[in-house]
Amino acid sequence: MAELSRRGLLTGGVAAGVVALARPAAAQAAAETVVPFHGPRQAGIATEPQAHAVFVAFDLREDTDKDALARMMRLLTDDARRLTQGRPALADTEPELASPAARLTVTFGFGPGLYARIKAPSPVKVLPKFSVDKLDKKWTGGDLLVQICADDPLTVAHALRMIVKDARSFATVRWTQRGFRRAAGTQSAGQTQRNVMGQMDGTGNPKPGTPEFDLAVWRPDGTTQLVVRRIKAELETWDAADVVAKEFTIGRKLSTGAPLTGTKETDAPDFAAKGAHGFPVISEYAHIRRAHVGDPSLRILRRVYNYDEGVTSQGHADSGLIFASYQADIERQFTPIQKQLAEADLLNEWITPIGSAVFAIPKGCDEKGWIGQEVLS
Amino acid sequence: MSSRFTLSALALATVVVVASCGSTEETPTAAAPATTAPAAAPATSAAPAPAGATLSITDPWVKTAKEGMTAAFGTLVNNSAADITVVSGTSPLSPMIELHEVVDQDGKMVMQPKQGGFVIPAGGSHELKPGGDHIMIMDAKEPVDPGAEVPFTLTFADGGTFEFTAIGKDFAGAKEDYQPGMDMGGESDNG
Repeated sequence: MAELSRRGLLTGGVAAGVVALARPAAAQAAAETVVPFHGPRQAGIATEPQAHAVFVAFDLREDTDKDALARMMRLLTDDARRLTQGRPALADTEPELASPAARLTVTFGFGPGLYARIKAPSPVKVLPKFSVDKLDKKWTGGDLLVQICADDPLTVAHALRMIVKDARSFATVRWTQRGFRRAAGTQSAGQTQRNVMGQMDGTGNPKPGTPEFDLAVWRPDGTTQLVVRRIKAELETWDAADVVAKEFTIGRKLSTGAPLTGTKETDAPDFAAKGAHGFPVISEYAHIRRAHVGDPSLRILRRVYNYDEGVTSQGHADSGLIFASYQADIERQFTPIQKQLAEADLLNEWITPIGSAVFAIPKGCDEKGWIGQEVLS
Repeated sequence: MSSRFTLSALALATVVVVASCGSTEETPTAAAPATTAPAAAPATSAAPAPAGATLSITDPWVKTAKEGMTAAFGTLVNNSAADITVVSGTSPLSPMIELHEVVDQDGKMVMQPKQGGFVIPAGGSHELKPGGDHIMIMDAKEPVDPGAEVPFTLTFADGGTFEFTAIGKDFAGAKEDYQPGMDMGGESDNG
């Protein structure tokens, strides 16, 4: 009897545990759909990446002067502070679409052209030309960037619409890039995502809330810098490579994301390890070796999204990666890594950078302020 | 550019609450349009005001325009225990400001001056919106640029006034036909 009672108790306990776990999870999903807009730093950077994103870059109209830029940023900030909290924008034509906010963030960046317009020194410079680049003007450059991210694509669409309607008196749209990650809730938060080539992407990312993250991403004044590059995946030729070749190219196992010298994704790669014939297990030209950065202050935050556009009549994919990286100093952190990759990354065979842009990310603002106030006032 | 309504002193505020200056010595009536931007919201003035201090406006905005007709919107909120009647409005934007409503006339929505003005019930609110009641700017003398901050003064039936600043906002709608037969070029009773 005692045994039975105990068993019954245990079973009941397990069942109760499941219920207790399930309930808060559901409540959490409803409660955590709003990301604070106000703060010393802009949201959408340290924020756990949402499932959907659109990056839209603008060219300033010729008559958009400093005064006009200030008016534009006040309008756009107002839109962002309302929409991110699940409230309609001012004069919202579809107020019903403002909720759910679905963790909407709206992040603003200023390109070199904006600083030129106001005759101020730009914190960011156009990247040097890399040997692998085949940049298309339609994905390159921009004076103003708005990164809109949410776990729901309709929320993203509405925010984009409201932002663009308020920006277009001041600027023309230069390019729009839509991207996606795994749907919200299909993977546990913080789990490394895969790109369209099947690779784990972002394994070595600094973790928000750690000193390493702050060191790599933020400047003391709350600003940061963004690189957005459109990287086409050459899926037709990638298909022709076998798994061994793919893993040799990356330096990781495709199945687990573990380095070829380890067993788990989180294992540190052993770049000194030699194979049976005396060659390094992780090739001198493997992607992870070329991209490796030891110094935490030189790392970058990859906040990437996949893209997958229309398939050609011959069935060829137009897919790849919207590579978005945040770092305190592009020249110091991003450019050396990209040079290393451009020189001799085996992966270059299957990827082509077709777009590139850099932006300074102004600090955040409080309830009374607006993004870019310290630059445009 | 300098003559346009591109004042940048005010932050875009969700709620603009400006105490009435209608009862103060400096501005006894609403006849004189403000020539400078009103004090930043919320107003620091603590002048006792019978009606105006109890009125506020949420989300004031004005449709952008190069010139001519446009309109201002927002939600007037009456925080007092007595009804407030707004009978007229002024703005440096135009010498002709009217309080309008939109009505169905033979199946067509047209706008016309609202007889008796806007009544904001005690403790209640009155929404000014495209397709409904609005503050009509008949003949804007300057462009209303997006993001511009345009001052308005509303006058109550008791002579008190209320000032607020509306934000210029691009908007495709609010194109109701003006009531045929109205003399659009002439003086306005309410202006």
